[in-house]
Amino acid sequence: MSREFILGRVRSALDRKTGQVVPPPPPVWLLDTDWTLEEKLASFKEKLERLAGVVHMADSPENAREIVASLITGKTAVVSNATLLADLGITRLPGVTVAGQDSEQSRKLCAECSFGITGAAFALAQTGTLVMRANSQEARLVSLLPPLHVAVVRKEQLIVDLDELLTKIPKPVEDSSSMVLITGPSRTGDIEQILVRGVHGPGVVHVVFL
Amino acid sequence: MSIQETLQDSKLQLAIYTATGRLMDHRANAISPELLPRYQEMRQHAHDLKKHTIENLDHYMEEFEKNVIAHGGKVVFCKDATEVSDFILRLAKERGAHLFVKSKSMTSEEIDLNERMEHHGLEPVETDLGEYIIQLAHQKPYHIVAPALHMTRFQVADLFTEKLGVPREEVIEEQTMIARRVLREKFLAADIGITGANFLVADSGAVVVVENEGNARLTSSAPKIHIAVAGMEKLIPRAQDLAVMLGLLGRSATGQALTSYTSILSGPKRPGEVDGPEEFYVVLLDAGRTKLLEDPEKRESLYCIRCGACLNHCPVYRKIGGHNYPWVYSGPIGKILAPQFKGLMADPWLPFASSLCGVCAEVCPVKIDIPRVLLQLRSEITEEKQRTNQGGLERLAFKAFAWAMRRPWIYEWGGMMGAGLLGNGGRWISELPIAPGPVKAWLSQRHLPAPAVRSFREQWRARRTK
Ligand code: SF4
Repeated sequence: MSREFILGRVRSALDRKTGQVVPPPPPVWLLDTDWTLEEKLASFKEKLERLAGVVHMADSPENAREIVASLITGKTAVVSNATLLADLGITRLPGVTVAGQDSEQSRKLCAECSFGITGAAFALAQTGTLVMRANSQEARLVSLLPPLHVAVVRKEQLIVDLDELLTKIPKPVEDSSSMVLITGPSRTGDIEQILVRGVHGPGVVHVVFL
Repeated sequence: MSIQETLQDSKLQLAIYTATGRLMDHRANAISPELLPRYQEMRQHAHDLKKHTIENLDHYMEEFEKNVIAHGGKVVFCKDATEVSDFILRLAKERGAHLFVKSKSMTSEEIDLNERMEHHGLEPVETDLGEYIIQLAHQKPYHIVAPALHMTRFQVADLFTEKLGVPREEVIEEQTMIARRVLREKFLAADIGITGANFLVADSGAVVVVENEGNARLTSSAPKIHIAVAGMEKLIPRAQDLAVMLGLLGRSATGQALTSYTSILSGPKRPGEVDGPEEFYVVLLDAGRTKLLEDPEKRESLYCIRCGACLNHCPVYRKIGGHNYPWVYSGPIGKILAPQFKGLMADPWLPFASSLCGVCAEVCPVKIDIPRVLLQLRSEITEEKQRTNQGGLERLAFKAFAWAMRRPWIYEWGGMMGAGLLGNGGRWISELPIAPGPVKAWLSQRHLPAPAVRSFREQWRARRTK
């Protein structure tokens, strides 16, 4: 509609010509912090627990499956298509349904189940953050619609912080339509600044490290 | 509620003070040198980034557009509010859409998008809890980060009973769950989701939305169509710049290093992805921004990342609250944005309603020199008044004042007379029997301090002669 008009006005306001070369922007500023795995695990746990999230350490694949099984006992769960979850046998636990590739089907499951179980692309130690990328393995709604979220993450996926994430992935939406950083449960303080969890997204977040 | 009424409402005063005070504490803690030693450097870096982007905005707008298109989305350039609503109405008609879910967007408040949509029979539903409450109450946001900051649980209870027909509920957790239930249905039924954007990333064609509730995630993921409405000043050059920008935004707003959810989104769902919108649009809004760009002196007003820190720290905002500012943007940033967007003389008093204490500039994460812009606006307004011969009376009064101040005998005599009149702490000045008009209005907001029993000049003389 007003594309040319607006761009023209911007250029004349800034005294720039069409296609005029742009001086280099300030350099990218990303810190490179080196932490040991123990430091990263300790920090992730501390940060997420401060937000009322729960961190579990599994010492074997069987143990990871047992932890998830005990969390969801007697409840329904939708599991993302992540290979890791199938490999761990989580998809075969009682009460569990796999999200699948059909958008409508997956959405319906997510709207009905108590738990959403996912993997994660990365975890950020500095802030207790899960990094979710939308793709054929991870549907957007699995970590969003159910009131409880469980993420199973390999220790190798634990990196220090946002700086390291953006160093590794300079273009976060190049091959996925969505990258979401999840830091703790959904929360609000909109009424009298009283903290309430689970207003729209999951009110409880569990992370199982393997 | 007028300024006087706000000042006299002790409950409201307490609510504003507590809420802003808490946000101030959270910020102070998050940026403390132990936790964030590089904070001042980050501010300077963010300032430089925004300055660079704004000064080359046409380039970044085009780069952004190119990348959105590459990811299968569309950018819609809109020069004003009407173009935005025209676009949305046309799309709604073509797709047979009626129900819209919206996540918090000051830009959409700025152009009264909800009213425009409702006027054409569409149903826009705000989904941020605070915004939802405000929408039900037919009010404007009280604060750019905490829109319902002024409302109590009891008012919310009344509102929910009246508007939603639910039994009266005064427990905040339960009220929140009522909203969750009502809004969950809307999310699942909505045809189109409209979000704002905290940042637009040029090199990725990405919209970045920061939130704590998850309603923006739902708004951008559940419906088949996602529209992001954003002012074009929201651009930053690279996704990698997000490390600094997000770190400053969350900490300055609520003291969070990262908020619960940060969504980086570009284009509709890609081939192979399970879910996500099928159509993706970004509305790039001008609505006064190009005009503001023309002025190199005040251009920096566009660096604002809407963190709300300047509101929380402002001694004026903390007394008069958000609804006594003439526009949706309140507090110090509102004071410099309103005159530049709505016209200098729309509310000529606004830039003067500041003590220029400077705390806003001190806390601003992108280092906007708000007091300097205020002074600039003041001088422009004064010039404009002189040009149109307004404000003569005030000028005359100040001339007389200056004349008296240069003549010590008059000053001293005036002081002695004054001391006798100040039995009620100087309030008489606002109670003078003066006919309503500019003088009365000027005086009604001003009290004189009580003078010392012995003036400084008297004491000085006494000492000298000892
Ligand atoms: S002017 Fe600065 S402090 Fe105020 S809202 Fe904008 S970014 Fe925050």
